[in-house]
Amino acid sequence: MLRDITLGQYFPGKSIIHKLDPRTKIILTILLIVMLFTGDKLICLGIGAAYTLMAVLLSRIPVKMFVKSVKPILPFLIITAAFNIFIIDKGDVLFHWKAIKITTGGINVSVFMIIRIVLLVAGSSLLTYTASPITITDAIEKLLSPLKKLHFPVHELAMMMSIALRFIPTLIEETDKIISAQKARGASIDSGTLRERAGNLISVIVPLFVSSFRRADELATAMECRCYNGGEGRTRLRQLRTSACDYIAAAVTVMFLAAVIAADKML
Amino acid sequence: MSSIISIKDLHFSYGGEGEEVLKGIDMEIEKGSIVAVLGHNGSGKSTLAKHINAILLPTSGKVFVDGIDTCDEERLFELRQKAGMVFQNPDNQIVSSIVEEDVAFGLENTGVPYEEMRQRVDEALRAVGMYDHRLHSPSQLSGGQKQRVAIAGIIAMRPECIILDEPTAMLDPQGRREVMATIKDMNSRYGITILLITHYMDEAAQCGRVAVMDGGRIVLDDVPEKVFSQVETLKKIGLDVPQVTELAYELRKAGVGIRQDILTEEQCAEALSELLASGKR
Repeated sequence: MLRDITLGQYFPGKSIIHKLDPRTKIILTILLIVMLFTGDKLICLGIGAAYTLMAVLLSRIPVKMFVKSVKPILPFLIITAAFNIFIIDKGDVLFHWKAIKITTGGINVSVFMIIRIVLLVAGSSLLTYTASPITITDAIEKLLSPLKKLHFPVHELAMMMSIALRFIPTLIEETDKIISAQKARGASIDSGTLRERAGNLISVIVPLFVSSFRRADELATAMECRCYNGGEGRTRLRQLRTSACDYIAAAVTVMFLAAVIAADKML
Repeated sequence: MSSIISIKDLHFSYGGEGEEVLKGIDMEIEKGSIVAVLGHNGSGKSTLAKHINAILLPTSGKVFVDGIDTCDEERLFELRQKAGMVFQNPDNQIVSSIVEEDVAFGLENTGVPYEEMRQRVDEALRAVGMYDHRLHSPSQLSGGQKQRVAIAGIIAMRPECIILDEPTAMLDPQGRREVMATIKDMNSRYGITILLITHYMDEAAQCGRVAVMDGGRIVLDDVPEKVFSQVETLKKIGLDVPQVTELAYELRKAGVGIRQDILTEEQCAEALSELLASGKR
């Protein structure tokens, strides 16, 4: 049951989007967010939507995966939309009963908000669908490296992330083993009321913590034995390389962003 | 032959007080040799191993690796590059989630340039026969394969010697055979000195020299044939001898004139058939 958990849900592939440098992808995702939240005209949102759709189609990842990524935030979307509809008082009044007032302005804002958030989630899912967690970690380390001058522990952060990623499968396996061992001793992990089950989880979490600390200790020794000495003077086997594709993608994105700004200002 | 590791009157106790875990060890390990350190739990064999690449420092006495004093902090990284260490649990020594990157970890740390690193990583992966798995995740590998990846990570550093602290203790028989074959291959093909800490008699029997530890001291130190012929001594400190050696020992005790230096099944079968042939005549 625990084996189904995957982090980041990376789908290996060979599309243009996959081939982009992860650093480019992170920057473009940020630009997409800017694009989506710039301007409040329909045409602006239309351009943003066209851009997102183009990226999704280019990635050759089944559209239903994106639908899946939006699903968990549906309740959040509905609540936000409801708030906007009832609170915003702008434009023509469509419905009025005691304190409840629905206006065209409110509906407008709600619809915009829903579309924006759906596009936002789809766009950022594209990042995790097309770049493996480890390359994203690398890209974050590279992108944040100017912060080293401010003594921000960039390398340490990236190392922690990559070790965490490395140990996810190991710890999942271990959790499975502990659950079996506790079941063999008569613990009921997946029966009883919710309260009982939560209590029973302690018998899984405590051994898992103890063993994680032991692992951390051994791993630290092993890393020291292999001359690990922090980020100073390290070279990397995995090289991040930008190609013509990255520049083209960046140019296209900037064009779309410019179009959104122009549409917002002029029309 | 010159010695690569030399241990001189090594004493050690945790925190520098209390009962000594190592009570005066003197040992010279020759370059290119393959040495097993045998002993049961708590005999101090792992503690000894940890002194060789300065995870632990002597309470008194000295340890030198290729002329470097393990207490010399300035040369710590040089020392650890010369003496690589492989641990018992393969899961807790693999750092990266991609095999080839884990092999590169030590090289990355010492700042080896990309082109050379790429070449040394591929070489090391081929040497342990894991090249085809270079892009896999360690979680997809068997215990024996993970341990071979760990060995490749050390080989890539081009060490003078490798210390293996019970590398097969957590493996199945198949994995144990793989790892033992890899270790012997590293020794014979690349001339890397091997110090194998183990509690398996059959593994020790495959080495060129066996040192037996008990209670923080080395009690026997010789070629395996000589060491395992000391059946009485070994039994006294709670160690077994390989089954065939024990059989020969029991036969001799019962008055059969069989050789005492038998270590493998082949040798045993040969000796027994010789014995039977001479008996017929």
